[in-house]
Amino acid sequence: MAILDDVREVIVDKLGVDADKVVPEARFIEDLGADSLDTVELIMGLEDKFGLEISDEEAEKIRTVQDAIDFIQSKQA
Amino acid sequence: MVPIDLSGKKALVMGVTNEHSLGWAIAEKLYAAGAEVAFSYQGERLREKLEKLTAGRPNQRLYQVDVTDEAALKAMFADLGQAWGGLDYLVHSIAFAPRAAMEGRFIETTAADWNTALQVSAYSLVAVAREAEPLLREGGSLVTLTYYASEKVVPRYNVMGIAKAALEASVRYLAYELGKKNIRVNAISAGAIRTVAAMSIPGFRKMVAKYNATAPLGRMITHEEVGNLGLYLLSPLSSGTTGQTVYVDAGYSIMGMSWDDAQE
Repeated sequence: MAILDDVREVIVDKLGVDADKVVPEARFIEDLGADSLDTVELIMGLEDKFGLEISDEEAEKIRTVQDAIDFIQSKQA
Repeated sequence: MVPIDLSGKKALVMGVTNEHSLGWAIAEKLYAAGAEVAFSYQGERLREKLEKLTAGRPNQRLYQVDVTDEAALKAMFADLGQAWGGLDYLVHSIAFAPRAAMEGRFIETTAADWNTALQVSAYSLVAVAREAEPLLREGGSLVTLTYYASEKVVPRYNVMGIAKAALEASVRYLAYELGKKNIRVNAISAGAIRTVAAMSIPGFRKMVAKYNATAPLGRMITHEEVGNLGLYLLSPLSSGTTGQTVYVDAGYSIMGMSWDDAQE
């Protein structure tokens, strides 16, 4: 599950949370304590890591770790 | 070759939050020119990020400071004074407006949100300059970060546009008073660039497309370009320039209208 590992790395770096908290169902704001600037940083971090662009509309739908994985998979497909 | 050698110079950079911060872009250039750089940040969690960013740099000095807390500012400059005996350069890269004030109509701005935005984003430069003044050496230079929405209407920038107008006016008044000591104050007005602050503006990505279609250079600005302008404005290369708002915006601000070549 290479994407999960890469996503986890970005989340741990940007949100400063422990890696074992970054499970697929974890919600960024409610479970991982992200504030509005954190979520922007997270989206930018994912863009950098995976070399893609995430629109405002797409970013709004990425609320959990699984959402991020699904989005990246859909872009890479 | 004209070298920029700032070895032995001391700089304080306020408001770096991550590697995309414009303050960090300037800090990297200061390091490259040989200056020693200290940082201030707000919020304990940022400390870890700054520690990572500055890892391997000599004499890390990181101060947790809320710019609205005068006592904290005084304590930081007292500590810097003890450590360095003086200060040459200061970068102020601090702005904040409550989200509600940037999502609604400008006309609905509350007094509380207005005051917060103006205090954190504009008054803080005055407070910082005042507390730094006793430490600032002759030939010193201050730089702050502003944005074009101070002059022209940028939809949704709202009260932050007013704060940036106040910031630019403050730069002129500070430049006048500190000029007597040969200390300069300037503002950098950067065009569209990928920072956390910019990406937090609702609709920023749509703005970028518009921007690229209008700017003479037809593109966004890079962090390195902002860093280079910061280095120039801090260094003696710009010794005759003070009180100015200098644009690094791919030329966007000179345009009166965008023109789509496809229409011709």
